Amino acid sequence: MRIRTSERGRAGHLYDAFVAERITREDVAHVADLARLSLSEEELDLFTVQLAAVLDHAEDVESLDTEGVPPTAHPLPLVNVLREDVVRPSLDRAEVLAAAPAVEDDRFRVPPALGEEQ
Amino acid sequence: MSERDTSGPGGRQGAEEVGGLEASALQLAAQVRSGARSAVSVVEDHLAGIAAGDGEIHAFNHVMEEEALAAASRVDERLAAGEDPGPLAGVPVALKDNLCTRGVPTTCSSRILEGWLPPYDATVVARLAASGAIAIGKANLDEFAMGSSTEHSAFGPTRNPHDTGRVPGGSSGGSAAAVAAGFAPLGLGSDTGGSVRLPAAYCGVVGMKPTYGAVSRYGLIAFASSLDQIGPFGRTVADAAALLEVVAGHDPLDSTSIDAPAPAVSAVLDAGVEGLRIGLVTELSGEGTDPDVRRRVAAAAEALEAAGAKVEDVSVPATTLGLSAYYLIAPAEASSNLARYDGVRYGLRVDAPTNGGMNVASRTAGFGDEVKRRIMLGTYALSAGYYDAYYGKAQQVRTLIIRDFAAAYERFDLLLSPTAPTTAFPFGAKTADPLSMYLTDVCTIPSNLAGDPAISVPYGLGDDGMPIGVQLLGPALSEPTLFRAAAVLEHSMAPTGDGGPAAGRERTT
Repeated sequence: MRIRTSERGRAGHLYDAFVAERITREDVAHVADLARLSLSEEELDLFTVQLAAVLDHAEDVESLDTEGVPPTAHPLPLVNVLREDVVRPSLDRAEVLAAAPAVEDDRFRVPPALGEEQ
Repeated sequence: MSERDTSGPGGRQGAEEVGGLEASALQLAAQVRSGARSAVSVVEDHLAGIAAGDGEIHAFNHVMEEEALAAASRVDERLAAGEDPGPLAGVPVALKDNLCTRGVPTTCSSRILEGWLPPYDATVVARLAASGAIAIGKANLDEFAMGSSTEHSAFGPTRNPHDTGRVPGGSSGGSAAAVAAGFAPLGLGSDTGGSVRLPAAYCGVVGMKPTYGAVSRYGLIAFASSLDQIGPFGRTVADAAALLEVVAGHDPLDSTSIDAPAPAVSAVLDAGVEGLRIGLVTELSGEGTDPDVRRRVAAAAEALEAAGAKVEDVSVPATTLGLSAYYLIAPAEASSNLARYDGVRYGLRVDAPTNGGMNVASRTAGFGDEVKRRIMLGTYALSAGYYDAYYGKAQQVRTLIIRDFAAAYERFDLLLSPTAPTTAFPFGAKTADPLSMYLTDVCTIPSNLAGDPAISVPYGLGDDGMPIGVQLLGPALSEPTLFRAAAVLEHSMAPTGDGGPAAGRERTT
């Protein structure tokens, strides 16, 4: 891989040893695609190193024996929160549409979504 | 309220002696409510302070000059009509720019929301208005609250009022700097991993993260929804308490809002800490913490003991796993929350022949590097094949942290630690190495993972002359106890005048 020294950061030399094991450039490209982001070649190089460093730090979590420990998704013991089904004012339609990049006939206008290869 | 209202940490006595930008929120509210000065004059003074000083500090993305003066006029009109203008009448408040303000630009310091005008107010914004407080501007932040220095703002960094060569901390750096610089006596921020407490410590002000669910998140633009919580900034503990009381309490518009009234914290500020058991968390105060920071934490422990608390070391082992767990969980939630920025309904759109291409082009142009990093980290942690190893494990670690805190709170009422391992660092010191930036959050993150409240109190200066914050942590809904102890710490600094929060209040610019 091509990493410009100036972009490695202070701990850059430490990253090289594990970077290939943690996350590959191809992984990063795949993830960027999933996240609907387009990265330049240089950004792919840089993010591969930087994400590897964070994932390497997460080794303490990854390697921990957590057998039988239930996961916590949320700090509150939440149950469904229900309310009476009553009619209330909602957001002002014109105000909401005024914030949209493109509008047609009181609706959000977007480019064609069917038949695209993206 | 108490006599504390007129005796800030600087020991300046008497509301009539304290004018302009040094006055506390409670002093200003008392002056406005009594008719001693108008809300408009208070707002004009602060707008003038911003005009004179914010070119250098850049605390604000947008100053709400017109709206603030109009709101102040309404407060004065209510007073003239014999109505109660509210407990924070005429008090300017800096709002972090991820809190929605109807018709006023709300950017999250991101190009992707530049120019967006929200069609509604956040609940905290509406409650501030109802209290008579005046929203004076939208304060800078790390883009989408992702950062610890405010260097990740798309609109340029905020400078620390104590040393403009250093960061104010983040992500609520604009709110903290505004309060420290005297642009507003109060500020609101959001704290997902320390984003109120860290900049409070770096800027020498009080900053507090309430119990998860204590303050409505309606209208707070989401970063990591199971961790985000809005919290107050003030130059005094009493000011922060008053602000919390105004914004907290149940809100039916936030389904994670706790169904309870706002905690009564102002009333207990003078209750002291006699008999309280306070644990000094060894894992958060050890190696990696600068010696001057450790000395100030030890001094805080002594002050609490002198006031009648019993302070002992305590181990909360799982807190050492907090940073790793957080930097898997928070990006995972962020990657989901930020999927909404697709160029369709609001924000930046970069045209492309297809909808999918437009989504990619808009997000690529609109998000900065740190946001992209976190979206990708979170997407990776949630992706097939890695979910169990990263996100699933991190959620289990969250349980371990909650258990270890629960065990500590069987023996202790509160815990004590530094707010951050160091004082504010120079610009550029950590931007090239994201992990080193993330490590600044090591002391604050555990409270977010547990959903517990914590407060940072300015407690003197480091060897470099920069403010140091000490952190008090408590179990869920322990806000009154936290504020009692915070008030004791503040009081213990008041008389000396050397290196205390009083010194921290002076503008050095």
